[in-house]
Amino acid sequence: MTDITASSFVRQDLVAERPAPVKTTGFVGLVRTRLLSSPTNILLTILGALLLWYMVIPAFRFLLVDAVWTGKDRTACLPENAGYVVGACWPYIQAKLPQLIYGFYPEAERWRVNLTFILAAVLLLPLLIPRLPAKGLNAGLFFFALPVVAFFLMHGGGITGFGLSWTAGLLQLFDDSVIGAGQVLVSLGKSSAIGPLLWVVGNFIVLVGTAIQWLIFPLTWLRDQIQASSQSVWIDFAITTIVVSLILFFLGGGMRTGWRALATSIATFIGMAIVIKLMGLDHGGLPIVDTRLWGGLLVTLVVAVTGIVTSMPIGIALALGRRSTIPLIRIFSIAYIEFWRGVPLITVLFFATYMLPLFLPGNFTVDGLVRALIGIALFTGAYQAENIRGGLAAVPRGQGEAASALGLSWWKTTSLIVLPQALRHVIPSLVNSFISLFKDTSLVSIVALFDLLGSLRASFSDPVWSTPSTAFTGFAFAGVLYFLFCFGMSRYSLFVENRLNAHRRN
Amino acid sequence: MSTEARKPPPQIALKLRRALGGKAGWNGVAVQLAFAAILGWMAYEIISNARANLENQHIAAGFGFLRNNAGFDVNQTLIPYTGSDTFLRVFVVGLLNTLVVSVVGIVFATVIGFIVALCRLSPNWLLSRVGEIYVEIIRNLPLLFQLLFWYLAVLAALPNPRQSISLLGIAFISNRGLVVPSPIGESGFVPFLAVLAFGIVASLALRIYARRALYQYGHMIRIWPYLLALLFGLPLVTMLIFGLPFTFELPQLKGFNFAGGSRIIPEFVALAVALSTYTAAFIAEIVRAGILSVHKGQMEAGSSLGLSRGTTLRLIVVPQAMRVIVPPLTNQYLNLTKNSSLAVGIGYPDLVSVFAGTSLSQTGQAIEIIAMTMAVYLLISLFTSAVMSVYGWRINRSLGA
Repeated sequence: MTDITASSFVRQDLVAERPAPVKTTGFVGLVRTRLLSSPTNILLTILGALLLWYMVIPAFRFLLVDAVWTGKDRTACLPENAGYVVGACWPYIQAKLPQLIYGFYPEAERWRVNLTFILAAVLLLPLLIPRLPAKGLNAGLFFFALPVVAFFLMHGGGITGFGLSWTAGLLQLFDDSVIGAGQVLVSLGKSSAIGPLLWVVGNFIVLVGTAIQWLIFPLTWLRDQIQASSQSVWIDFAITTIVVSLILFFLGGGMRTGWRALATSIATFIGMAIVIKLMGLDHGGLPIVDTRLWGGLLVTLVVAVTGIVTSMPIGIALALGRRSTIPLIRIFSIAYIEFWRGVPLITVLFFATYMLPLFLPGNFTVDGLVRALIGIALFTGAYQAENIRGGLAAVPRGQGEAASALGLSWWKTTSLIVLPQALRHVIPSLVNSFISLFKDTSLVSIVALFDLLGSLRASFSDPVWSTPSTAFTGFAFAGVLYFLFCFGMSRYSLFVENRLNAHRRN
Repeated sequence: MSTEARKPPPQIALKLRRALGGKAGWNGVAVQLAFAAILGWMAYEIISNARANLENQHIAAGFGFLRNNAGFDVNQTLIPYTGSDTFLRVFVVGLLNTLVVSVVGIVFATVIGFIVALCRLSPNWLLSRVGEIYVEIIRNLPLLFQLLFWYLAVLAALPNPRQSISLLGIAFISNRGLVVPSPIGESGFVPFLAVLAFGIVASLALRIYARRALYQYGHMIRIWPYLLALLFGLPLVTMLIFGLPFTFELPQLKGFNFAGGSRIIPEFVALAVALSTYTAAFIAEIVRAGILSVHKGQMEAGSSLGLSRGTTLRLIVVPQAMRVIVPPLTNQYLNLTKNSSLAVGIGYPDLVSVFAGTSLSQTGQAIEIIAMTMAVYLLISLFTSAVMSVYGWRINRSLGA
């Protein structure tokens, strides 16, 4: 066996050391490879630097260097008095800050708004941190309890009845409407070609209505008795608690497994009782602040949060409806989704402001803010439905089939197996919808509600602060606020997305 | 005994049940009936309430009001319009204004969007950061905010017409809007247009012919010299024969305002700028995602076949990227058209502003006017989605073939 190193084609001496490769990492490497690697690249770098220079420097000068920081009125921000071209006029923001945040909310009552903000933040923060426990309770409090508490806290007013009175009232309204419809049909029957048929159907509907009237008579009688007593709210509350708890107890499995449901229900009602007592809802509650006085960031947040909370159930229902095999429900869902997605939000707001009042009974007035909220909920619901439908499609068929094989009903399959997985899939697109909803809240300023942008615009017309830089200052301030909210939401969505996809990496 | 295979039972009842109630069967039918009853009840409530309310307010329902005189002026009209015209004409004027601002916005948004996307994709670190900053800032601010910013802050801060900013001496920007030269038709206008139309049709035909020759017979026909001649040469020749098709009337500063030229109202400028910069940020992200979606191997495969970089891009990368880009891009165009309704916030006379705004407050015909306005946008978006499904179908077919 010959020594392999002796063969002529094997190198005998060491290769000379090559110089170290050009550094491509770190700052120097970045400059070398991605800024100055070729003549074109150098040119592009100069172009980029020029762009940045002409954007960043003037902005910086405007916001900080040339800004006026103190003053009582416009005179401080006029170039003649300051002696130089004035940048941002911050005293103007200082003076208008209450208006930009609360609108015309009475000064003495602003603690209520602050308290609501604090409550919301306290409930929201633990909800956003994935590591903290009790998400179910937390979400329940934020999505169900907080809106009610916030309403009574910020709007004020009390209640005169509770579950029983409301149920009785609703049923009575429904029944009146049914009887009314029957009577209309009967009267139409007199002048129509298919008169006898209409007459029969009309009389049948009236009959049904009368039957319902007799059926709900005990309820309405009880309601009247309760309303006549001095402690109407509490009697009603007690009856509602007993009835609802018993129903939940029997639905939850009676003596066998119903205790848990019973305990939850009683705990919930005790919580409600505490809230009612604390806020004095049974005797009038806090003084009422009309929503026409609300404004600024308050309205922006109210509209955004209500939109987010109400659009989810609408979206889920429509998404399920669109996937359903029952023809009428599917057709209705498709028509609804395509209709609202096809029209601009501003026409929806016009619809809610001018058309909705026409559709309601004449004695029934709806507050301007609530109208806008209804419009936004209907509109955003359609968008959320499409997002959620994407998530439903991403859940493998086998999941639903496995659940059916285990004997779960459609409701249980959907709510325990399919929906949780579907919603997980679409968190990023849901958050994107929330961001666009948050941005779209600015549109309510067009239908005469003073949200952050509306209040800002109103403040421009104040002669006390009219200077050349007022508008720019206002826009800078509001822009930073909007940017913080939207950018924060999008970063959070990225964080959640990464967390959810952690198992997919490497 | 018969050995023929037995036919399956027709199962008419089963099929009927499936058709009527879906998978849930008769339960589904019951659910539908209940749902229909609720819908019917709601419809009845809505109609009877609306009728009662309209009667109380003494408003006659119906579209008769469209023939009444509008009695208000509109500050930008593409078709002749005076205050004594009907509401129907107001509707058309508003619709045209919406369409013109949408088209202008779409053109600029596409251009800016592609430029920003190229910036973001650029190997240059600084330039891609600039693109990223642009996208992040624009996407995280409400459109109405940007619109008001351009209108109330930037355009209002511009100097008055006397000190207006001149763009090369032909166009002038001031706080009264943008003044541009207006074209005036001359004698050569008609032949020029005819020849131009002929050139476009002929070049399209030529291109189809060349395509067919390439795909069916493998003949490569070089057509660009002919295209150049058809599209530019012929019109030039006609111009030499018949004289200039149109001349431009330059705006001149006279006293406190401009004479000559045509003025573009500041509302239009603000709306077009806001719409195009806003939508451009979304388009940039779409284009970037589309280009990144084409696998690197495609480029390498192209160059290993001996194609030049430009040809690889044109024939291999861009067609594949377009498949990803076009559907969301159309969606953005649709969004831009719908967002143009924000014009009402600054008083640009678009459909929502003049029809659902001014006309509604003058006539009180809320139901008819809002229904018509919504129908217009709905038709536009349904038409677009129909076109897009045809496009998707064609793409799928060409991929399957």
